[in-house]
Formats: sequence, C-alpha cells, structure tokens
Amino acid sequence: MTTEAGSTAAAADDVKQRDEYFDALVAAGECVEPRDWLPDGYRRMVLRQIAQHAHSEIIGMQPEGSWLTRAPSLHRKAALLAKVQDEAGHGLYLYAAAETLGVTRAELLDALHNGHQRSSDTFNQPALTWADTGAIAWLTDGAAVINQAPLCRTSYGPYARAMQRVCQEETFHVRQGYDLLWSLCRGTREQQEMAQDAVDRWWLPAVALMFGPPDTVEGGDGDTRAAALGAAVSRRSMAWGIKRHTNDELRQRFIDNVVPQAERLGVTLPDPAIRWNEERGHYDFTPVTWQVYRTAVAAGAQCGRQRLAHRVAAHEAGAWVRAAADAYAARPVTERQEP
Amino acid sequence: MSREAAGGQTPWEVFIRPRRGLSHQHVGSVHGADADMAIANARDLYTRRGDPLSIWVVRSDAVRASSPDEKDPFFSNGADKPYRYPQMYVPLSEAGDHDE
Repeated sequence: MTTEAGSTAAAADDVKQRDEYFDALVAAGECVEPRDWLPDGYRRMVLRQIAQHAHSEIIGMQPEGSWLTRAPSLHRKAALLAKVQDEAGHGLYLYAAAETLGVTRAELLDALHNGHQRSSDTFNQPALTWADTGAIAWLTDGAAVINQAPLCRTSYGPYARAMQRVCQEETFHVRQGYDLLWSLCRGTREQQEMAQDAVDRWWLPAVALMFGPPDTVEGGDGDTRAAALGAAVSRRSMAWGIKRHTNDELRQRFIDNVVPQAERLGVTLPDPAIRWNEERGHYDFTPVTWQVYRTAVAAGAQCGRQRLAHRVAAHEAGAWVRAAADAYAARPVTERQEP
Repeated sequence: MSREAAGGQTPWEVFIRPRRGLSHQHVGSVHGADADMAIANARDLYTRRGDPLSIWVVRSDAVRASSPDEKDPFFSNGADKPYRYPQMYVPLSEAGDHDE
C-alpha cells in the first residue's frame, strides 16, 4: 500500500517534471528533438501540420506536372521538371520528419488516400494554360516562401531542418515562375492575356488558401464558432513555437511583396482594393473573410476530388514497383548481378 | 525505431560529405529496400544541386544512441570540470586569454 502510493506520487512528480522541462525548453527557444518526451497535444499538432504540409507538396505536383509534356521550349521544360521534382523532394523531407514522431510514410499516405488527412486546398484548381505554371510558381510558391521562412525556426527540430532545405529551393521556384510570366508579358497580345488570365485564376488560391482563414472572429454567426476554435488552435500553436506568426500577418507580408512585383511585370492583380496606405506602411487589400475563404475552398471541391483520385491511381499503379524492390532486396546476395 | 518494413520502406539515415576537408554530415533520411536503392534515393533527394563528394547510408535501426533518460549521469563526465579549460589558468602573455 505504502509502496503503491509512493510510486504513484513519484510518477506524478515525474510527469510534472517532464511537463516543466518541456515548457522551459520551448520557452527558451530551443529545438524539441525526436527523443525528447513530448506532450500528446504537441505531438498531434506537429504531426498534423507536417502531414498536411507533406500531402500538399505531393498533390501540388499535379497542376504543373500536367504541363511537363507541353512546355514551349527545352529550357522551360527542364526548369519545370526540376521544379516538380523539387516538390516531390519536399514531400519526402517532410514525410521523413513526420516519421520521427512514430508513424510510417505508408500510414500517412493511407490517411491522405482515404480522406482522414487532407492536403492544402490551394492546388484544387485546374491549370488551364501554360501561363498557369508561371502564376502558380510566382504566387503560390511566393506565398509558401512567406509561410515557410518562419517555419525554419519552428520548435520541432526535424520539421525546422526539413523547412530549411525546402526554403533553399523555393526561391528558384518563384523566380522561374516570374521569369516565365515576364516572357509572356513581353510577348504577343494573346500571350499577355494568357498571363493575366492565369494570374486572375491563382490570385485567390494564393491569398486566401495558402495562408488559411482569418485569425479574427468576424463574419456571420455560423462562422463565429469555427473562427474562435481556429484562433484557439492558432494561439496554442504559437505558444508551443510551432507557428510563429498569425495567418493575417503573413498574408499582409505577401501582399506587400507581390504588389510591386506585379507592377513590374505589367499584370493587374484582381483586387480593386489594393492601394498603398501611407499611414500603415502597408498595402490595403480586400480582407479575406471567412466567407471569402469558404468560397475559395468550395470552388476547388470537384478538382480536389480529381487530384486525390489521380494520386490514389498513381499509388496503386506503382504497387508492382514497390513489390519488385522488396523481392530484389530479399534475394540472396549470390543471385544478384554485379554492377 | 525498428518497424515492419514493406514496400521498400526500410528507413536509412543519410550522411553527405559536401566537399573535401569536411566530414560526412547527417542530412536526413530516405526509404530503400536495400542499401543500393537507399543510396540511389539519397542521391535523388539530397544532391539535386551542388557537387557533393560522397554519400553514406546507414540503416536507421542500426544506429545505437544514448538514451535521453540517461542524460544527466551519462554525460556527467563533461560537466563541472572547469579545470579542463585553458581560461582557468594564468595566461602566457599580457594579452590575456587570446594566447596559445
């Protein structure tokens, strides 16, 4: 009896100590590493974010990937191929980071395929013309850079290290997309129109979906609960150092970056409210409300189902490759052909 | 760390020597059914840019690590031993601690 009570008290002490140690680590801005003890809530939150991020990288290969065979020159094709390959690589960095939290990549892919986990809604739009590959890279990758730069200092070490690699590559993605649009904007009238049309199509996915819903509790009654919940998750995530800035802060940063780039390019951003605000030192723009956000998500629903179906089909069609690799690895060494 | 590995999913840790004069450094991990496939995957994933000199792959479950639970006693040999640092001794010149 005494022993039992004693060990329960000791266990409670241990838990308290672990909690305090963890909180102190995060408060000091130190990285949390895989073999540290983690609170369940932290593990779930980091895992959910890394998994969603990884899924978005590989689903995000599809809109641009569909133009690989139709690139207008060998140079553009090589650049696009490298870009799409990078996205696959980003997915792999992130799946590896997620695996340090005690799941397997196969489990994560299953969760994506059966709908238990989702990818970003950003890529649930069709890439209708060649110019879309430029607009996607300039706008959504440009938004990703803003989102991801602070994640290089996120509190979970493997995630931060994956993001450092990702960020080194994103700059190339944005630049090649901008360069592609630059050429179109200096081409024929049809090419200029094609560039403008693609920018119109990808503006809202970049501004609304890449940064997520607004942080503020605004909009209709139906939105209040979701907004309050979202804001609470956001605060928790920031307290744990997973997330470093609010969605709206990052969105503003993106707008401030991209408006002068659009002027230089010669395209019109499809938001009449964009103008410089001397007082704030920022560009004003149409706020992304919950309603705007929901509309943008809904617009991609059908294309989103196609993206997922395509992903599942590719995975199933590749089953024989994985089986062959296993069979080859299982063969006795003597049966293998020397290179 | 050891998990049921199927579908070529055995995890490997990847180490790269980025250039002459540096040791191999851990860069991340890959999956591969065997060492050759792990090396090929590591090349595709971690060396798409730059000109690295060599890659090592080591099965993740072959890495023996100190346990974080043992942390304090295990690393106590390095703690609280100020006499292991040169600053604890009389400097060799007026310049103070910057001498050799």
